[in-house]
Amino acid sequence: MATKPALAPAPDATMSRRGFFMKLGVLFNGLAASVLAVPIVGYLFSSITRGRANGYLSWVHLGKVSEFPEGETRLATFQNPYVMPTDGKTADTACWVRRIAGEQFQVFAVNCAHLGCPVRWFPQSGLFMCPCHGGAYYRDGSRASGPPERGLFEYPYKVENGLVTIQAGELPTPGAAIAELTGEKPPCAS
Amino acid sequence: MRIMIGRIGDWFDRRLQLAAPVRAMAEHPVPRNTASWWYVFGSAALTVFVLQIVTGILLALVYVPSGAEAWSSLQALNHDVTLGWFMRAMHGWGSNFMVAIVLIHMVQVFLFGAHKFPRELTWIIGVFLLLMTLGMAFSGQVLRFDQDAYWGLGIGASIASRVPILGPAIVKLMLGGPIIAGATLSRFFALHVFVIPGLLIGFVCLHLLMVLKLGINEWPMPGRVVKRATYEAEYHALTSKEGAPFVPYAVWKDMFFAAFIILAVAACALYFGPFGPTGTPDPTIIQTVPKPDYFFLWLYALLSLLPPSLETPALLIGPVVVIGALLLLPFLSGEGEKSWKRRPIAVLTVLLIAITLGTFTHLAGYTPWSPHMNAWSGDPVPQQYIHDTTALERQGALVFQVKQCRNCHSLGESGGQRGPALDNVAMRLTQDQLIRQVIQGGGNMPAYGKNLSPAETTALVAFLETLHPKGQAPARDASRDVALSDENQPGVKP
Repeated sequence: MATKPALAPAPDATMSRRGFFMKLGVLFNGLAASVLAVPIVGYLFSSITRGRANGYLSWVHLGKVSEFPEGETRLATFQNPYVMPTDGKTADTACWVRRIAGEQFQVFAVNCAHLGCPVRWFPQSGLFMCPCHGGAYYRDGSRASGPPERGLFEYPYKVENGLVTIQAGELPTPGAAIAELTGEKPPCAS
Repeated sequence: MRIMIGRIGDWFDRRLQLAAPVRAMAEHPVPRNTASWWYVFGSAALTVFVLQIVTGILLALVYVPSGAEAWSSLQALNHDVTLGWFMRAMHGWGSNFMVAIVLIHMVQVFLFGAHKFPRELTWIIGVFLLLMTLGMAFSGQVLRFDQDAYWGLGIGASIASRVPILGPAIVKLMLGGPIIAGATLSRFFALHVFVIPGLLIGFVCLHLLMVLKLGINEWPMPGRVVKRATYEAEYHALTSKEGAPFVPYAVWKDMFFAAFIILAVAACALYFGPFGPTGTPDPTIIQTVPKPDYFFLWLYALLSLLPPSLETPALLIGPVVVIGALLLLPFLSGEGEKSWKRRPIAVLTVLLIAITLGTFTHLAGYTPWSPHMNAWSGDPVPQQYIHDTTALERQGALVFQVKQCRNCHSLGESGGQRGPALDNVAMRLTQDQLIRQVIQGGGNMPAYGKNLSPAETTALVAFLETLHPKGQAPARDASRDVALSDENQPGVKP
């Protein structure tokens, strides 16, 4: 401990051979690190980049039109279009289907527009109520009271061959209103 | 035998050369009055952390971090694996204890002025350790992959999504995909088991190293002021003149408290058992009332009580301000008095924060802001409220129940507390005001105009008008009597 290493290079203004090689070594490792960084970053952010390619969104069936009585709101479930083998039950999603009349529908996400808790439909009072922070919505999904700043999220829908079909695949979140500005608007954020 | 052990020891130490530095570390002098029961919380936090590592590894022997199987592997731990329930309970209670002890440690350090020069960096690393501990608590709750975990993730995603511009990308990064699913659990498993514990171990080592290098904070004396120029010499004089070796002079209190904490965690685990899991993480089961774990209850309350317009700014700016203040603290008050007796603002700040968090946590225990989803069908109208009433008023009581008014308004202390209790509502509102409130809502009440027929509204208001104490008259609008009198409305009988 007391003796200093004898091989320590003398301070030299000009670049020595060893000093040059050390710098080259640092540079070489920097190059290796950046080559490795590209796939690592690509892998790490794949859940974002995949979304940009719109790979998550698809049209999914909820059931026959006749399963939804006119003037009523019913819970429907569908399987997420993008499923991984480890998803289990979490691949399923629920939504509230309101059949206004004929082929006129409104399909709401169950997620409260406040912080995403599942809202429940009370047909007697015509309200959706959230159990978490007390948000409430009218039958058309518009905000009735409580902390939400907006109405329920709606999925785009169409009726094809007598089937109610919605465009789904992303968790609706309140930040979507801001995302709208950047053009990355989830489909159910309308 | 002793000689043999000594020889083996020597053989190892000749190669490892650790005996001397370890002895120096153990016997380093500490100020005598720091051998206090107030100084045991740091080592207690470390003890619980080690306990969490041990029980965590034991749980990982059985737990399956897969969205499809995590819940059933927790059930297996609870019911099939011998003492699996106890290990889960130890880990769950250990987590609660760890958060609590880290917070107590932080308050003690702050009140004793230990964040001041030259221990600023020790404090800053401590702030990161607190954040990581909270990160462990949240990610641990996710690993208990049940309904609360699923919807808790939804809340986390909803908060993250509010970040301007980057929000949706952060959500996808956090969830590992477009929805809460298997990939979400996998990445929280990686965070909880590899990333955060790895950082924690590194930061704990740094934190401890600095306690050793800079010395433990001396007992603060009112009037003994910290100055950058003189502090180190003063501290050195203190330890060299009236110091005592850490081992065994001070360490025995740490050891006693460590053992006490381990036994306390075990006792809680034994008595209260493991946490959950609650229902399966099936998003199609929406009959659920998600609630965060104990240490995030205050946040749950805050998110219910903030006005909507303030919520997003508070959620995004609040953490930055709080963490920033904690990190800047040692620079803003790096010198001066250490003793809490001469720092009234410090004491008041701690009290204010403690009372605020305590009140929010208490409120979140019974969530007065949440509608009681089953009150309308489950809580009966108190008998005295329908005794001696007319048919119309009884019909109104029925409307009151069927239209779920009860979910937000209590009668006879049962029902929701979202809106005001209605036991005396007739004394506060006149008939006209009641009709207006029911039809148009307002003041955080939905409008029921579209969902009540005129007959239902009439009946409901007739019932509400009976809700006043016996012997006290209901509120009435005197001008209405005049308006409806015979003189002003010819042809209409009031």
